[in-house]
Amino acid sequence: MAWVGKLLRVNLSEGTCESEPLNMEWAQAYLGQRGLATKYLSEEIDPKVDPLSPENKLIMTTGPLTGTCASTAGRYSVVTKGALTGAIACSNSGGFFGNEMKNAGWDMIIFEGRSPSPVYLMLLDGVARLVDASKHWGTSVWDTEEAIKHDHGDPLIRVASIGVSGEKGVKFACVVNDMHRAAGRSGVGAVMGSKNLKAVAIRGTLGVSVKDPRRFMEATAAAKKVLADNPVTGQGLPAMGTQVLMNVINESGALPTRNHRDVQFEGAGNISAEAMAEVRETDGKKNLVTNAACFGCTIACGRVSEIDRTHFSVAERPEYQIISGGLEYEAAWALGAATGVDDLEALTFANFICNEQGIDPISFGATVGSAMEMFEEGVITTDNTDGIELNFGNAEALCKVAELTGKGEGFGAEIGLGSKLLCEKHGRPELSMSVKGQEFPAYDSRGIQGMGLTYATSNRGACHLRSYTVASEILGIPEKTDPLVADGKAGLVRAFQDATAAVDSTGMCVFTTFAWTLEDFAPQVDAACEGEWTAERLLETGERIWNLERQFNIAAGFTGADDNLPPRLLKDAAKTGPAEGKINSLETMLPEYYEVRGWTPDGIPSNETIARLAL
Amino acid sequence: MQKSLSIDPNKCTGCLQCELACSLDNEGVFNPSKSRIKVFNFEGKGRFVPYTCTQCDEAWCAEACPTNAISVDRDTGAKVVSDALCVGCKVCTIACPFGTINYNQSTGKVIKCDLCGGDPECAKACPTEAITYVDANWTGLDRMRASAAVADAAAQA
Repeated sequence: MAWVGKLLRVNLSEGTCESEPLNMEWAQAYLGQRGLATKYLSEEIDPKVDPLSPENKLIMTTGPLTGTCASTAGRYSVVTKGALTGAIACSNSGGFFGNEMKNAGWDMIIFEGRSPSPVYLMLLDGVARLVDASKHWGTSVWDTEEAIKHDHGDPLIRVASIGVSGEKGVKFACVVNDMHRAAGRSGVGAVMGSKNLKAVAIRGTLGVSVKDPRRFMEATAAAKKVLADNPVTGQGLPAMGTQVLMNVINESGALPTRNHRDVQFEGAGNISAEAMAEVRETDGKKNLVTNAACFGCTIACGRVSEIDRTHFSVAERPEYQIISGGLEYEAAWALGAATGVDDLEALTFANFICNEQGIDPISFGATVGSAMEMFEEGVITTDNTDGIELNFGNAEALCKVAELTGKGEGFGAEIGLGSKLLCEKHGRPELSMSVKGQEFPAYDSRGIQGMGLTYATSNRGACHLRSYTVASEILGIPEKTDPLVADGKAGLVRAFQDATAAVDSTGMCVFTTFAWTLEDFAPQVDAACEGEWTAERLLETGERIWNLERQFNIAAGFTGADDNLPPRLLKDAAKTGPAEGKINSLETMLPEYYEVRGWTPDGIPSNETIARLAL
Repeated sequence: MQKSLSIDPNKCTGCLQCELACSLDNEGVFNPSKSRIKVFNFEGKGRFVPYTCTQCDEAWCAEACPTNAISVDRDTGAKVVSDALCVGCKVCTIACPFGTINYNQSTGKVIKCDLCGGDPECAKACPTEAITYVDANWTGLDRMRASAAVADAAAQA
């Protein structure tokens, strides 16, 4: 029940597809999705392998509630050793693909080895086969998805694929499903490309069942009501999307601007949710066409946008004069504030390209920001950039570089290295705004102290989705803490990390946690899954997952020294806003964090902690 | 009083809760591929459109059925398939002008919306009231009211 109890093992080197039973003992300890797939990966690969070698494995995994009617229960994750970071990678995506995998009768697909030539996996319920993908190699996500549906004569097939960026090994390439939902971070798409795996196409018709249907319907209905009644999930997110945050974070003095030189962006209003909903003078339309839901989601925060047809980016390009996936907050920040570009239509175009070619807009935008700083300092010139004038604020440059990076061509291949390797290559490693090789998302840790510790200790490199203390520090969820104060943040970060690891293992979306606590998740998981699932057990499961990820990274060669922030955030004080004069106090938070985690002063899980969690 | 499903695509977010509810009620599992109501996502247009049987008074599916397997539920007006009588010939699927009656490979019978006996699960599950179950004579009432408000505002201006 809930779990199908089956995984598909695809050996790409041998061209074989084999069914095997899911390890249900592990499922009880790690739940599913993020937790369970991390357990499989940890057991099956040497953490020291080159992420792009055949020895790395790539796991696509659902959660036990994926495919049920619980709100947002359509999630799947891609778990592997990340190409961008060399750390454990787990990228979570919505859309409809996760449900299709579950309805086809699979909890998980493990890809091993490397195919001698490009292939895609075709999965029709219990029947799996590898299909020649040579005609799709070199084409975009959008074209691949359309062509596979057309070739099989079945518009109901769901596809997850990589763009040209993933084929070319762009370090932050992602896996995109349903045209514009992405397992976005850490370069999981580059790993997929290294295996010559272009796509996974699924049609599932078998159905998903739960342990106690009556109790499940009651629990999910109650939880849906909590979402509907909450001002963030019931009103803010459907109406404004995550972009509701742009002006809020800017006013908090925590909107990283121009590669974190500044903490407030004078153009924030122009790229905000409010701007997306404004009628344009040029064509009388709005950028935002409508909101949209992923599978089973009663929040519907997704943005659907249309670019002004007179805008330079699409005026001569009818193929982009369409209605497609619009800007979420992180993308708008990275493509906009991080690069100093406040042209909403240009950002929307760059976002379309990120979806079309499968690149992570966060790492892409942030890497462009670091390149812009090097350009302005004369470290790189137009000789390096294919002649592009790469100044902060140049919207045309942003659009051109997005297209080059999407295809891994010319200067785009340089940007595709990610900011860490790019800045190191040009002798300016301190200009990479990253942790463990992964670029920061849209919150400056000088203005939101807890996020500094969040980034420094995140197992997949800098990331807001590992412990979103912004909820507490800015929005007051579940209770307000002072964003400028470091005291008490170690415990807060730990609590968010453990709870989020559990949520990411259920099949449901972390955005529900604006309204739900683990007390809302527990009755839903308990009614669906074998075993007894309380909020306490979910939290402990999250802690077990967090420590397992940490152990993977330590075995991969990371140490406490990698739990760090770039010098800019630790030495250069914020220049304006409420955080003016502040740096991030990581130095005081980190030792306390190790202690509350039950780790040694070097950041290694202690023997007692390992024993307590039965790792 | 008969009631009808009233569908307003402007309110639909494409979440598929209707398909989940429909399949659970009819199949006992969550299985959108066996749902009697489908939401169509018109990619590139930003439109999500739920669609299902509108329970024609002159039901061509029933007229075409050689075994009289499709009858009228007198309480709800729904055209209902009898699994005992259906032989899976699929003639009804050809006769239906809207494509809302379909063959189910796993049972060898056709499936269509039966209004859940007068309490449709899809309408109850819809989080945005894109699908409602209303007086069959007044499926246009909400739009009529909205239009009246616009006309009145113009008159007052």
